[in-house]
Amino acid sequence: MRQTNWEVVIGLETHTQLRTQSKIFSGASIAFGAEPNVQACPVDLALPGTLPVLNQEAVNHAIRFGLAIGATIAPVSIFARKNYFYPDLPKGYQISQFELPVVVGGTVKIQLDGQTKEVQLTRAHLEEDAGKSLHDDFVGLHGEKSSGIDLNRAGTPLLEIVTEPVMRSAAEAVAYAKELHALVMWIGICDGNMQEGSFRCDANVSVRPQGQKEFGTRCEIKNLNSFKFLEESILYEVQRQIELIEDGGKVRQETRLYDPDRQETRSMRSKEDAQDYRYFPDPDLLPLHITSDMIDAIQLTMPALPSTLRSQWQVSYGLSDYDVALLTQSKSTADYFIELLKLIVSDLVKPAANLMAGDFASALNRDGMDAKDSPIRPSHLAQLLQRIQDGTISNKIAKDIFSIMWERGLTSPLAAQGVVDAIIEEKGLKQISDVGALEKIIDQVLAENQKSVEEFRSGKEKAFNSLVGQIMKASKGKANPSQVNQILKDKLTN
Amino acid sequence: MNWHEKSLFELSQAISAKEVSSVELTQYFLKRISQYKGLNAFLDVQEDLSLRDAHFADELIAKGQAGPLMGIPVAHKDVFVTKDWKSTAASKILENYLSPFDARVVERLGVRGAGMVCLGKTNMDEFAMGSSNENSAYGPALNPWNMKYVSGGSSGGSAVAVAAGLTPIATGTDTGGSIRQPAAFCGITGIKPTYGSVSRYGMIAYASSLDQAGPMGKSAADCGLMLNAICGHDQRDSTSLRREPGNYLRLLGKNWSEKGQLPLQGLRIGIPEEYFAQGLQEEVGRSVRAALKQFEDLGATCIPVSLPKTKLSIPVYYVLAPAEASSNLSRYDGVRFGYRAKDYKDLTQMYERTRSEGFGAEVKRRILIGTYVLSQGYYDAYYLQAQKIRRIIAQDFQTAFTTCDVLMGPVAPQVAWKVGEKSKDPVEMYLEDIYTLSPNLAGLPAMSIPCGMSTDNLPIGLQIIGNYFSEAQMIQIADHYQRVSTWHQLAPSSPVISSGGAL
Repeated sequence: MRQTNWEVVIGLETHTQLRTQSKIFSGASIAFGAEPNVQACPVDLALPGTLPVLNQEAVNHAIRFGLAIGATIAPVSIFARKNYFYPDLPKGYQISQFELPVVVGGTVKIQLDGQTKEVQLTRAHLEEDAGKSLHDDFVGLHGEKSSGIDLNRAGTPLLEIVTEPVMRSAAEAVAYAKELHALVMWIGICDGNMQEGSFRCDANVSVRPQGQKEFGTRCEIKNLNSFKFLEESILYEVQRQIELIEDGGKVRQETRLYDPDRQETRSMRSKEDAQDYRYFPDPDLLPLHITSDMIDAIQLTMPALPSTLRSQWQVSYGLSDYDVALLTQSKSTADYFIELLKLIVSDLVKPAANLMAGDFASALNRDGMDAKDSPIRPSHLAQLLQRIQDGTISNKIAKDIFSIMWERGLTSPLAAQGVVDAIIEEKGLKQISDVGALEKIIDQVLAENQKSVEEFRSGKEKAFNSLVGQIMKASKGKANPSQVNQILKDKLTN
Repeated sequence: MNWHEKSLFELSQAISAKEVSSVELTQYFLKRISQYKGLNAFLDVQEDLSLRDAHFADELIAKGQAGPLMGIPVAHKDVFVTKDWKSTAASKILENYLSPFDARVVERLGVRGAGMVCLGKTNMDEFAMGSSNENSAYGPALNPWNMKYVSGGSSGGSAVAVAAGLTPIATGTDTGGSIRQPAAFCGITGIKPTYGSVSRYGMIAYASSLDQAGPMGKSAADCGLMLNAICGHDQRDSTSLRREPGNYLRLLGKNWSEKGQLPLQGLRIGIPEEYFAQGLQEEVGRSVRAALKQFEDLGATCIPVSLPKTKLSIPVYYVLAPAEASSNLSRYDGVRFGYRAKDYKDLTQMYERTRSEGFGAEVKRRILIGTYVLSQGYYDAYYLQAQKIRRIIAQDFQTAFTTCDVLMGPVAPQVAWKVGEKSKDPVEMYLEDIYTLSPNLAGLPAMSIPCGMSTDNLPIGLQIIGNYFSEAQMIQIADHYQRVSTWHQLAPSSPVISSGGAL
């Protein structure tokens, strides 16, 4: 009971690794998984005499993000040095942005339990990543157990995205993180690979009595690299803080780490131990100027955002919430659907959405594929839809043809034209719509199923469906279902 | 032939006329370097590598690819990193450090650039922090005019090498006077160009917003020739100017004004009253005034101007430069390269011991000052305040330049002092930088030319401060003076040099 008195307050800081060719201040590659230190050039090693040069692509990504969340893109922002000593920080300082970040404000909309909520962002700033310290299983130069440093990651471009403390539950925090994750992938600035650390969250968590204005003392949980850990760690931390306060204790402002094995957070360092980072503007880099021309040029390359597409498709084609959510679950799926829309008439949009939500989605899922890699291209789906519409095939036959195309497409690319017709021809799948032919089949089935006929006539409606099933089976699925229904009804009621 | 008395132009001509080869010149200067080792001007000399480059230059000369600097030897301040010579910045923490790449300046001047042959690396104050070269971890470079005296700093080794004829010309860097003051103390010419003119890539950083490389030579014309080779945009240095530098010698020998009868007729020289205030040694003031009189004889007019914040340049500089240095020097942590302490029990102790043992006293002092002024609670009062005054200082110069074309005054309040004389009191030494700091804070070009000798037979320097990008005019003006004066031609006599030498 007492627990309901507490309000949870959460703000998230997300380190998003930007998808660029090279590092933010050097020409070295940022590809993941290379041998230690082979992707560290003199600049990354902080050798004497080296200087940073800003990667414009990282700036363009920051602008893309700012545009996507409706933020202010600062005309002038400043790179600053964050000074501290650590072996994986080669220069003894991290180049980041402090007082003047590149992106200010903006909002991310989240959906939770059918409700929409806006999460306000404080800022997003560009910075470089540090290297990695290797402790486990690392063997030193002379075969001894040792610690090592891998500087491949040092200098990788990051966009640190900071929210206001506006989330009120772990579920909201996760919904925001998922939405942000989808968004940065959608606009192409991040590969979203959480296992490789491309998207990691720090959660600032505090609790306060319901109705209290002031925030409680917060703890920061560092480096959460999965939605599951984000949720678990917040739930644990909230519980810990509430119990602490209810037992008469006080929350200490500190940085904590989440241990997924024990499902608990542990203190890493307290505020008293917090370092003074001695931020000051980096004299090696000029202030970053972003003109409205630069922003306009990038605006032209921006894809339509999922929220825009969702409402557009609902209004224009009457698609359901479920359909549009599914069609915009990834950029690649949406691109596929947009391509398909160009090839079909508007009557076919709803069936097209059903097809993509059904067979298409499950085939992709089964084979672990992305829509852009699908063996069946939008033109093939359009052909299939066309044949359903003109009555050449039934929905059921369409499913079979879909499977055949998928299998064939996996082995070798399908021809652009005529694939569906060729399969219909080859397999003799053309729908039977000739009344005479249908009557012949139906009469035979009725003759063989007198019992069902009797049952139907005595009032058992179900018997009708059983007869339809028999007819479809007898026609090997090729009978036109609506015609079968009509003819059968006529025959039974006459 | 006394090649060490020749200008770059004369050496270039002799090479073109096949009177001397690059190898012969290189051998000649290497011999002098070894002869005058006692001056401690050089930290690393690799004769075979210099000769390898000289042979390469001679091959290019034979093919007819002779630029104006082709085959001429040069010495580099040890602050520039080099692949073939050690790069220590005169610090123990970089003892034996070899860079995998050459600094941009070294690259531009080298045999694959302008064609100069590197003789080795010159001594300096550790990490360019100092005004006497006594802060070198490898002992001070000594003044060739009298080895009991300091050479000035931080580019002391380069100044000594040029003054003693150990190299025809040398590179230096200037953060608060490090080219001009040793040039003045040793009686040579040195130019600190407009900030951003010369790439800082490969310069071991001291204070990034102030550091600027420049030439140290026998004359304004020689320095101009080297400037032509080292200036220009470098995409690896974000603070490097995108401006086309042009030919710094384009005004050489030309009259200031087309209509003028006299060479410098029409030139307005601003004389900042603050540069002749209390603390200026009498004989330095006298020599500088005599030089100004000579400029008037050449047709120039002297105009009194004021740079009211001159005194504040010292506290401003000694806040900003250490702040940047404290951060720039964080990379010397014993983790990846350079010196690492022998004994330590954990990471923190490794850092502490490495840096305590690896850095000298002055470097530690500036790291402490810089760390302090950037700390929470002090940042606004020190760093931000200093940045504000820095802008005011720059503005003061622009106000002065509305009434004059260049500014002139002394380089330093005194001539060289005795080794050890001031090293006990750092603040006393900091005060010696009063006339040289402001141009760095404003990013302006400034140069030092010899203008007299003290009664103790020590050189006195005249400082010329120009507006942004006015190096060609400054060289034109200085050159006119050097055509009618002989101070820059004076050289210390060999007996003085060798009296305390190693031979």
